[in-house]
Amino acid sequence: MNDIDEIVKGIYLKEPRAIGRAISIIEDGDQRAGALLKQINAKNIQESTILGITGPIGTGKSTIINQLIAHYRKQGNRVGIVAIDPSSPVSGGAFLGDRIRMMRHAMDKDVVVRSMATRGKQGGLCAAAAAAVRIMICSGCDPVIIETVGVGQAEIDVVRLADITILVLAPGVGDEIQMMKAGIIEIADIVVVNKAECPGADSLFMELENVLHQRNCTVCRVIAREAYGIEKLAVFIGVIDKERRKSGQFTNKRKQTRETEIIDYAIEMMRDELRRRLKEYPGNYTGDPRTIARKLIDDICIAELDTSKRNCPEVFL
Amino acid sequence: MDIQQCRGRILIGKPGLDGHDRGAKIIARSLRDDGFEVIYTGIRRTPEEIALTAIQEDVDVVGLSVLSGAHNELFPEVLKALHQAKGGDIPVIGGGIIPEEDIQHLKELGMYEIFTSGTPVQTILNTFREATEKYRQRKHKII
Ligand SMILES: Nc1nc2c(ncn2[C@@H]2O[C@H](COP(=O)(O)OP(=O)(O)O)[C@@H](O)[C@H]2O)c(=O)[nH]1
Ligand SMILES: [Mg+2]
Repeated sequence: MNDIDEIVKGIYLKEPRAIGRAISIIEDGDQRAGALLKQINAKNIQESTILGITGPIGTGKSTIINQLIAHYRKQGNRVGIVAIDPSSPVSGGAFLGDRIRMMRHAMDKDVVVRSMATRGKQGGLCAAAAAAVRIMICSGCDPVIIETVGVGQAEIDVVRLADITILVLAPGVGDEIQMMKAGIIEIADIVVVNKAECPGADSLFMELENVLHQRNCTVCRVIAREAYGIEKLAVFIGVIDKERRKSGQFTNKRKQTRETEIIDYAIEMMRDELRRRLKEYPGNYTGDPRTIARKLIDDICIAELDTSKRNCPEVFL
Repeated sequence: MDIQQCRGRILIGKPGLDGHDRGAKIIARSLRDDGFEVIYTGIRRTPEEIALTAIQEDVDVVGLSVLSGAHNELFPEVLKALHQAKGGDIPVIGGGIIPEEDIQHLKELGMYEIFTSGTPVQTILNTFREATEKYRQRKHKII
């Protein structure tokens, strides 16, 4: 299972090994990543919906996803899940625990779950997660659900990949004010108050309705453990999806996401080149970092101009 | 921030009926602190569930913890399930309360290594590192 053609074929044939390996190749920045990505241009990519589920640790995101999987499976859909947890900044390791809540689907080959760690990269994570999503869509998944812990910019970036973003809060878990400050509440299309049976859920619900009523954002109550409110949540998701596809908002957002993705890739590619050039830099680059950065960029642009001059002299000379 | 290379991806599985996962969790945490990405299945999983999870997550090593005494059945069953799921090449490391006389036998059946409750954590970590490195060399080889 190493030849790229074989892996690509395997993805379309829904082979778990091929899908898993393909995602690792992208995630590890393997030299074959480019060749692989080139070949997985899903025609069905526009038809599939990408859901982003975010919120503080412990609010019940994975449990909700577990229930959503059951819902979509009942409808006959194949479902993909990319569950992202933070890497430890100290060891670089990570405990990826989302899957525990979804084990009841472990024997179902039409439920594709991949746990991912942030690995300290930002744009890079976005690229790896986006590729994982695309690979899953290629293998026939619709929807694909991305779970992230909504605390940092990296997570917001990942959620931007989603067509529809669901913020999960719960009474007494995490800091709701922090959520609002972090701006996550602003990109949410649906806010879920999970653990609705617990004390404090009603006041959290009303508070959120107050904050969100001037914006077109739905708040709903869920008890994920008992699957209460899940059907309704799925209906909300379906309505938003249908509306946006009709209005063209869906396509617009996809286009924006694509632009972001391209820029992310470009920046990642540029990073190595910049590092190389900075090492060759005369002196030990003291002084204003911004000025030096500007000069680095200018140098690259000039070098670029030089090569293009060489390539088409009649235009430039 | 730089792109980090992770040391490896590990699945910690608990097959069978025993519900004691303190040991499994301690190993999971130690592996994380050693730079591994660790996926945990939770307790009471079937060998097939563990095998399919290992494949989906494309892990480099599977670690199994069995405290019920059923290791002679469960470890080989996981090996078989992995094999059937086309993941027979993934190294499997076992741990638990395992008598000396079972260890050799289990290794002959294809277990990469077996640890008992007395094994120092560092020895376990070193073995996971070694198994990961060996597997990754094969895994990333371009044919
Ligand atoms: N009381 C209550 N607990 C829940 C509910 N949904 C999930 N939980 C629990 O909340 C904890 C965290 O759930 P998890 O899905 O892992 O949260 P995540 O970190 O957001 O993915 C677990 O112990 C769940 O059993 C619920 O509706 N009510
Ligand atoms: Mg979770």
